[in-house]
Amino acid sequence: MGASNNSELTYAYYPGCSIHGTARDYGLSIDAVCSALGMDLVEIPDWNCCGASSAHGTDNLLSAALPARNLAIACKMQMDVAVPCAACFNRLAVANMRIREEAELRQRVETALSQSYDGSANVRTLLDIVINDAGLEAIKEKVVRPLDGLKAACYYGCLMVRPPDAVAFDRPEDPQILDQLVAALGAEPVAWPHKTECCGASFSLTRTDIVMKLTGDVLRMAKRCGAECIVCACPLCMANLDMRQATIEKVSGQQIGLPVLYFTEMMGLAMSLPGVESWLRMHMVNAGGVIRRLAAVQDMSDPALVSLP
Amino acid sequence: MSRVGVFVCWCGSNIAKTVDVARAAEAAASMPGVVFATDYKYMCSEPGQNLVKEAIHEHKLDRIVIASCSPRLHEATFQRCIAEAGLNPYMVEMANIREHVSWVHDDREKATEKAIDIIRMLVAKVRRDFPLFQNQIPLTKRALVIGGGIAGIQAALDIADAGYPVTLVERTPSIGGRMAQYDKTFPTLDCAACILTPKMVDCVSHPHIDIRTYAEVEEVSGFVGNFRVAIRQKAKSVDESKCTGCGLCTTKCPVRVNSEFEEDMGQRRAMYVPFPQAVPNIPVIDREHCRLWNDQKCGVCAKVCPTGAVDYEQQDQVTMEEFGAIVVATGFNMWDHRQIGEYGYGQIPDVISGIQLERLMNASGPTEGKIVRPSDGKVPRSVVFVACVGSRDENHGHSYCSKVCCMYTAKHALLLKEKLHDAQMYVFYMDIRANGKGYEEFSRRAIEEYGANYIRGRVSRIYQDGDKVVVKGADTLLGKQVQIEADMVVLATAMEPQPDAKNLARMLGISTDQHNWFSEAHPKLKPVEVLSAGIYLAGACQYPKDIPDTVAQASGAASKVTGLFARPHLRSEPMIATVDQARCVACQLCAGVCPFTAIEIVEIQDAKTKQIRLAAKVNESLCHGCGTCAAGCRGNCIELRGFTDAQVLAQIDALALM
Repeated sequence: MGASNNSELTYAYYPGCSIHGTARDYGLSIDAVCSALGMDLVEIPDWNCCGASSAHGTDNLLSAALPARNLAIACKMQMDVAVPCAACFNRLAVANMRIREEAELRQRVETALSQSYDGSANVRTLLDIVINDAGLEAIKEKVVRPLDGLKAACYYGCLMVRPPDAVAFDRPEDPQILDQLVAALGAEPVAWPHKTECCGASFSLTRTDIVMKLTGDVLRMAKRCGAECIVCACPLCMANLDMRQATIEKVSGQQIGLPVLYFTEMMGLAMSLPGVESWLRMHMVNAGGVIRRLAAVQDMSDPALVSLP
Repeated sequence: MSRVGVFVCWCGSNIAKTVDVARAAEAAASMPGVVFATDYKYMCSEPGQNLVKEAIHEHKLDRIVIASCSPRLHEATFQRCIAEAGLNPYMVEMANIREHVSWVHDDREKATEKAIDIIRMLVAKVRRDFPLFQNQIPLTKRALVIGGGIAGIQAALDIADAGYPVTLVERTPSIGGRMAQYDKTFPTLDCAACILTPKMVDCVSHPHIDIRTYAEVEEVSGFVGNFRVAIRQKAKSVDESKCTGCGLCTTKCPVRVNSEFEEDMGQRRAMYVPFPQAVPNIPVIDREHCRLWNDQKCGVCAKVCPTGAVDYEQQDQVTMEEFGAIVVATGFNMWDHRQIGEYGYGQIPDVISGIQLERLMNASGPTEGKIVRPSDGKVPRSVVFVACVGSRDENHGHSYCSKVCCMYTAKHALLLKEKLHDAQMYVFYMDIRANGKGYEEFSRRAIEEYGANYIRGRVSRIYQDGDKVVVKGADTLLGKQVQIEADMVVLATAMEPQPDAKNLARMLGISTDQHNWFSEAHPKLKPVEVLSAGIYLAGACQYPKDIPDTVAQASGAASKVTGLFARPHLRSEPMIATVDQARCVACQLCAGVCPFTAIEIVEIQDAKTKQIRLAAKVNESLCHGCGTCAAGCRGNCIELRGFTDAQVLAQIDALALM
């Protein structure tokens, strides 16, 4: 949390399970954006699942020990820990805080891991690192295709900025940094009330009825507030907003059609990074409309992009 | 040769259960200089005090040690006691064997030994005590009241009624303060203006009250009985002796700006009186917005004034005045809900604050009392009230309860229900804190008779959706999420200290708590005093208060002032620092460390060389006897009377040379 003194822009990277699975598009765009910004992500060797969405609801010790093992390894790397997924970030940060504050828990975790860990790793979300370490100015300099007032609803979800005592790097009820990034890319962040509403992430597979309701509310509100797309920074949010959208449309009989982009994908678009097209192709909701809308007003001659369906 | 008497108190069982008081008295009897020692069950009782007095006469005692409780509790009692027996009151020492021994130890044997040690130390000290005498200080019997709200008005009236002159300084153009903005007051629903205006008029017509509106205190120096205060009278641009208050100028002034009094719900002119019942009823020109000052043209007010009272040449005037006592009644500020992102940053027009609703309800307010939504002028059919907005909320910097919101929210719901019979009222609350006379009954009335829907829970988000304001929250009693589509939302925002409270505190030399509320001298026993003598607190500048509490405290402060003024003069406490000027080299270290600015550097004539040179001097009225200067003096030429080096070192020796 908080800006680091890490002038090298080198980070212990905790990709989390999704990046190698459902969120390959996110992972690829992260790699491209970070290398374009001169940031070096060193994957934490032999990392394990953070336990998000199940461990913290079922097992107190596991919910701290799973993240702690990753952090103990990361700590030896002596770099800030970069976490792209909001749920992973939340679990790592909360466990880290509890290990610092609860001596008994720390002892149990250390026994379970057979190694000592004092909670001293600096856990940060990738969004925070990209914006606060690389800096909005550096990002603006790399923008070659400003996004021409594309109206974007910045969706932080419920886990990235809360609870404030564990993860606060932005206002917990009304975060700002993603909006600032989106504006720096030339798009227009819309004012909307649902930026920190829950998408129902952990119920994605078990209680899809709840997900339909929560994600549906988020999507419809974004649409009503004039958004042409949603920007997010979490694979679980993406899964619900993007993958469930068609079903929500079918059940509610209401057309939504809102493409969902990772912030790194949006950066890739504005910075014209190679591979954007292949990332966007992995999405369920077609982003082609947005691309063509941009292409219509500027010279987006990248044939790969314009060829999106 | 000194003749010391030692009196060991049992304090009932408080001391006697842990300390063997008889043994302590016996041990004291054989200490050097002691000619009499005894123990007694309650030394502070009348028989106990008589025991001391009789022993003084019988054994010709010339100094006394009372082994009992803290000097903070009973030193004054025994000073009086021995003075009545003919001794100098400063010839008594308190050996604290209660707080320092019996209350904090269990082992009776060791506790008794410690008690004896403490008595021995105080015996050694009292043998080096010498008589001290109080000095007289002059007393200016004129009070300054800072702030012209209901607290300042009440304090000024009470002091003036006792026959002492009062200057009431108010920085806005009228006295009346926050209370003048309110529509009706809980729990009796009297109209605020009906009960306040007579008091305002009493103030202006009182022969002993000098009202200075549009004025501010700029500098305060001096001490109790002798404060010197610089008061800036801001230029009103109106000659008060000529103005008749006809108000013509205020209707012709072409400039319209948002009215502070209407909480931005209405407008005023640049030439204005803030509200119709203003006292004094003299308009002022707000030069920041006046066209004449901004565009160098206009002058309409001067042209229409029938008495030629408008005076553009007027300047601010700073006067230096003397007062004997100061009542601080500067009130509070409302936290600005525009800081709350989740409630819409103040960008949703139909989300207003409680005080804005007061203006909406008021017959002289912007809608003349008609309840309509600010956005489109429609009559709201459903209104949501949110309590504790920013209060009891560490995230927004206010850990405290603002104390009045539960009540005024109940009042708002009830009054709106009276005006809009079919409308729905919802109140989100954390707890209902209705702990005043008639308060609980009042809030029950709002719920039971008027059918306000009280929902226990917090509101997480408020946003505009079409022409509705959506309020999302939790009902923590049902354990369910609630969503209400309302026409209007009223936020009971936190009370905060005035933004410049810290400045005023610094000027007055008084302290504040972590939120910048002014600190009282003792939270229970000295609620109107501050740590500096002669300065008193009234109203919500100390902590959120409702009107009854404010008025009670204001009268309390006034009675402190009149009590002070009833004395012929002041007496200075003799246990203060004194400088041996013959040895002082005026290094001024002492002046720097003194927390009460009691040390001045003065010119003296050197006793030997007869030349004029500088030396430190203690202002006896300001010195609190804290001893910081004595500890700081490099030349060891400052002594604290009653705690001289000889006394303190004797105390230490008595322990060390056992």
